[in-house]
Amino acid sequence: MNALLDIRDLRKSYGSTEVIRGISLALARGECYGLLGPNGAGKTTTLRLCLGLTDPDGGTITLAGLPVPRAAREARLRLGVVPQMDSLDPDFTVTENLVVYGRYFGLADRTVRARVPELLEFAGLGSKAQAPIQSLSGGMKRRLSLARALVNDPDIVFLDEPTTGLDPQARHLIWERLKQLLGQGKTLLLTTHFMDEAERLCDRLSVMDAGRIVASGSPRELIDDHIEPEVVEVYGDGAAEWGEAVGRRLSERCERAGETVFCYTRGARPLMQDLESRGDLKYLHRPANLEDVFLKLTGRDLRD
Amino acid sequence: MRIPRRKDWRLPRVSIRFVHVWRRNFLVWRKLAFTSVLGNLADPMMYMLGLGFGLGALMPEVNGTRYIVFLAAGTVAYSTMNSATFEALYSAFSRMQIQKTWEAIMIAPLDLDDIVLAEALWAATKATLSGCAILVIIWVLGLSYSALTLWIIPIAFLAGLTFACLALVMNAISPSYDFFLYYFTLVMTPMTLLCGVFFPVEQLPATLQAVSVALPLYHAIALVRPLVAGTIPGAPLLHAAVLIAYGVAGF
Repeated sequence: MNALLDIRDLRKSYGSTEVIRGISLALARGECYGLLGPNGAGKTTTLRLCLGLTDPDGGTITLAGLPVPRAAREARLRLGVVPQMDSLDPDFTVTENLVVYGRYFGLADRTVRARVPELLEFAGLGSKAQAPIQSLSGGMKRRLSLARALVNDPDIVFLDEPTTGLDPQARHLIWERLKQLLGQGKTLLLTTHFMDEAERLCDRLSVMDAGRIVASGSPRELIDDHIEPEVVEVYGDGAAEWGEAVGRRLSERCERAGETVFCYTRGARPLMQDLESRGDLKYLHRPANLEDVFLKLTGRDLRD
Repeated sequence: MRIPRRKDWRLPRVSIRFVHVWRRNFLVWRKLAFTSVLGNLADPMMYMLGLGFGLGALMPEVNGTRYIVFLAAGTVAYSTMNSATFEALYSAFSRMQIQKTWEAIMIAPLDLDDIVLAEALWAATKATLSGCAILVIIWVLGLSYSALTLWIIPIAFLAGLTFACLALVMNAISPSYDFFLYYFTLVMTPMTLLCGVFFPVEQLPATLQAVSVALPLYHAIALVRPLVAGTIPGAPLLHAAVLIAYGVAGF
């Protein structure tokens, strides 16, 4: 088995609720694999199980060739993690954070110090080597977390919602760096609920809901397999009535969310003609994307 | 992410890399060393001098020594206990809950067991420093010149480890800082008053004396006080064994 991470029929319960209900997936070397799902779908729990931080109730996990949780400590030697919440050491400077973290992997200070400039350069923090953590912005902290995850030159990196809470500039910078890592042959496992992020970065992904994988494949395959290729969004006063009267008749699938009507179709021409002739409704015609797949598979209800 | 609680009882499994967690705490301490040492010295010294000279003037001798000497020995043990407890409660709790330092370490190739061991040893280290600070005062004031007082250093470390392990148990079961108050009022304060820091245990009624003997601070003081007086403590192994037992049970 050449997979860097191999999960089979993983199960986990907290009390009487089963939060992971039979998950299987395998990551090939050098790919970026995405775990998508609404809040509470079990993404973070899956990562924690793979790290050996909680013991599963059933199933097997093999990480970097080692069984988890039994040999989790050894497996984590080959792993980098960017946690959802930054856990940088506030008592230290940027450089000290990297050096002290390197020690946890048994790395000599000399070795890590030699790598610090390269790591900081990668993270766009070249001028911040001696800065205290408190002086960094949210985006800088996240980039430092990424640099810290690379301190042991890992084979595989787990990223738990790496761009949540960042501004667009910071998100693009993170994406660019993650692509660089893929270019270097690293394997990435990413959880996210940003569809554009998954579509940009992931070679393959799984959509999770309520502790199960509900669909897997490349972003393109998921869109092709699960959803009509074109979408017409209609919004504003009268959109709902139009949806009932016309949208439902002229599209394969028609959904309403608040004041907006989504019409999914294989040919949008009749819809467009009707909307153009009316002239009083605002609308948008676009190709279907991963978000449409996601909403179809996991529903439009709020998750808390 | 939450720090996981082990559901099942099992022996701790540790890796040698726990040393680096200790080193982390040491590096932080080094940045604030001056203030920290000052704190170690100032507070217990004021108690010792204030009570020692103030109360001491009213009393001829306690158990055949000057009161300040009697109190100094109690203060070494008391200061050691306080220092270890504070570190293992407040400081460790901040690292665990507020700063997420433990979380960061647990995604590296280290386990909770490594961290707890390192925290216990670190708290013991700080306790040793506190004990030594009082020891220096004892020397400077000329309260004791016995070479036997050097034995106080390893004893402070052992006692520190014991109190750190006990405090870490409290740390693990507390949902917030507020619960530490229970530990101080219900455990620390009675222990301080019952175990002979300020006055000989023999002054207490027999029932309270019996309680005192069961408490770890009593045994720490039983080791330290004779050393300050320049004699070898009776049954040193017994006292040390009680400290070790408390510590091991806690860990």
